[in-house]
Amino acid sequence: MDASLTFRSGIKDVLPTVFGYIGVGLAFGIVAHTSHLGLWMVAGLSFIVYAGSAQFIITSMLLAQDPITSIILSTFLVNSRMILMSTSLAQYFRHESLTRNILLGALVTDETFALAMNKQNQTAGKLSFAWQSAANLIAYLVWGVATLVGAYLGGLIKNPEQFGFDFALTAMFIGLVYLQLISDRKLGVRLQLLVMAFVALIYYFALGVISENMALLVATAAGCLFGMEMKKCR
Amino acid sequence: MSLTELWIILGCAVVTLLSRVLPFVFVKQLQMPEWLLSFLTFVPITIMTALTCQGLFIAHPGHLATVNWENLWAAIPATLAGILTKSLLAVVVVGIAAMACLRYFSI
Repeated sequence: MDASLTFRSGIKDVLPTVFGYIGVGLAFGIVAHTSHLGLWMVAGLSFIVYAGSAQFIITSMLLAQDPITSIILSTFLVNSRMILMSTSLAQYFRHESLTRNILLGALVTDETFALAMNKQNQTAGKLSFAWQSAANLIAYLVWGVATLVGAYLGGLIKNPEQFGFDFALTAMFIGLVYLQLISDRKLGVRLQLLVMAFVALIYYFALGVISENMALLVATAAGCLFGMEMKKCR
Repeated sequence: MSLTELWIILGCAVVTLLSRVLPFVFVKQLQMPEWLLSFLTFVPITIMTALTCQGLFIAHPGHLATVNWENLWAAIPATLAGILTKSLLAVVVVGIAAMACLRYFSI
């Protein structure tokens, strides 16, 4: 990853994350197929809702015939971390028009957010509309197509796990968090390591009492507050 | 697609879109207070750590979580690849290959 912020370099930078989208997208398609969702429903979930992990939850709640309102509420809760990420990412695009801000915001994901944070470490804190749009669009299209392919082939692939693709998502976050750790010069390695250990600890204990997605939110927010305090102490 | 499914798609799309887009609109229009900006500088590292942990722990509601050993073993070569190459692609490819090996030899 270099300092170039063109549309073309956006495409180049997003490519490594594509494996994660393909792996999880295929998995989602297969799950949707076995849950008897039609291709149109899969397409609607991937291209209109576009919500990654929330799509798995929507699918299982549909299967359990949960009421529409609780499905929508769960989706909101699972995706509420988007509010944190979007607020963070939006700082880099304040100079852009409102329309461009809305276009960028509409396709923010965990992965494109993490990628953008890695990128701005290389560019002295700058991001561009062209670069972010390229990353967003590639992620969006690859995700949608992968889920449809998964749903279409669902019956054919008996044991997709043997190829190790389900680990792509975790591997990708390991890579992203490591690159963030070594390249964020504003916070420094030592403070970040301390915050990471704190987040892992909170996440581990929270997991015993609340759902995975709530634990994710609680650990993130607690980690930010902890980091702010530690920074003051230095 | 049934009517129920259509409503679910519309409802879920609206709440997801608002979570993504409204912050962009507010940040564009309003000056953020200093404490919030300081809070947000920690969002990248904390959220990426939490998302990584999601892959490394297995939840057991009502009980303490356990370690996902298979993922943890595969995470070791993946992390090493990151340290050696500083390349995201290398981390992902090595991680997938390591997991495939673990499963193939049923370790």
